[in-house]
Amino acid sequence: MRFAIIRFPGTWSDRDCHHVLTGVLGQNADILWHRETDLSGYDAVVLPGGFSYGDYLRCGAIARFSPVMESVTRFASRGGPVIGICNGFQVLCESGLLPGALMRNESLQFRCEWTHLRREGGRTPWADDIGEGEVLRIPISHGDGNYFADEATLATLEQSGRVVFRYVDAAGRATPGANPNGSAHNIAGIINARGNVLGMMPHPERAGEQLVGGVDGNRIWESIMKESLAVVG
Amino acid sequence: MTGGRRFLAKVYVSLKPTVNDPEGNTIAGALGALGFNVEGVRSGRFFQVTLDAADGPGAEKQVAEMCSRLLANPVIETYTFEVAEVQTNRLS
Repeated sequence: MRFAIIRFPGTWSDRDCHHVLTGVLGQNADILWHRETDLSGYDAVVLPGGFSYGDYLRCGAIARFSPVMESVTRFASRGGPVIGICNGFQVLCESGLLPGALMRNESLQFRCEWTHLRREGGRTPWADDIGEGEVLRIPISHGDGNYFADEATLATLEQSGRVVFRYVDAAGRATPGANPNGSAHNIAGIINARGNVLGMMPHPERAGEQLVGGVDGNRIWESIMKESLAVVG
Repeated sequence: MTGGRRFLAKVYVSLKPTVNDPEGNTIAGALGALGFNVEGVRSGRFFQVTLDAADGPGAEKQVAEMCSRLLANPVIETYTFEVAEVQTNRLS
């Protein structure tokens, strides 16, 4: 499988994603500068974490107008799998590919720590290999991960199974104490209506080897790899 | 540049009243600690945009578009602005 990892000025997790996808999981991946517009030949697009354009104005607000984003939007509209991690999630919300917005953490503090995520319902190639109710341990690292959407949008997301990951405690309970940033409904990750676009604040690429404390993040990459095999086969 | 007159727009962006503003709440708490009798604080952003336009309504139209496309996020924010012409020392 061939991944396109997009690098904006200020992206910082592109190399981590590349390392896990190629070095750990044996896939093909290229890091593409944000001025690139040709995504042909790629099976999936990764918008990694970081501080694109220094988080000026709002996180992801300026990256959204990068030349590559028109191609990413076209890729997604044809059903191509796109994942936005952390800053990538913020870019997806700013560009309208996902609903809602990511606001300043309720604590006003940057949070860098391991979190537990519960896989909720909803079909998406990014998580279909993860059983509903399963709990993954994946770290967060952000100052603006407080997911907000109006009540009608939240209701739609919940009713249509588009909340894919929720912050929970180690026992799998979505308590206020397990919510690291004040996100509505403990939301950690959502998908678009079609399910091919996933945005999540936690960093699966930082949970790819036991050396760094866990491998649960690979479940997401393995899910999309399995999906891709199914399409080919 | 779209024409001969220069304008200065003052743009104010703030969170919608329905959106929680932890930064504003924290500032309100700090002001209270300083002894001020503060009812509430809403935080926001302020931009001064210098632009050229054919006339006042043209400038206002541009600024409104800047706000809706980039300066504010309509999911969480609202904006207001005022536009005034500024004098330039242009020859010709």
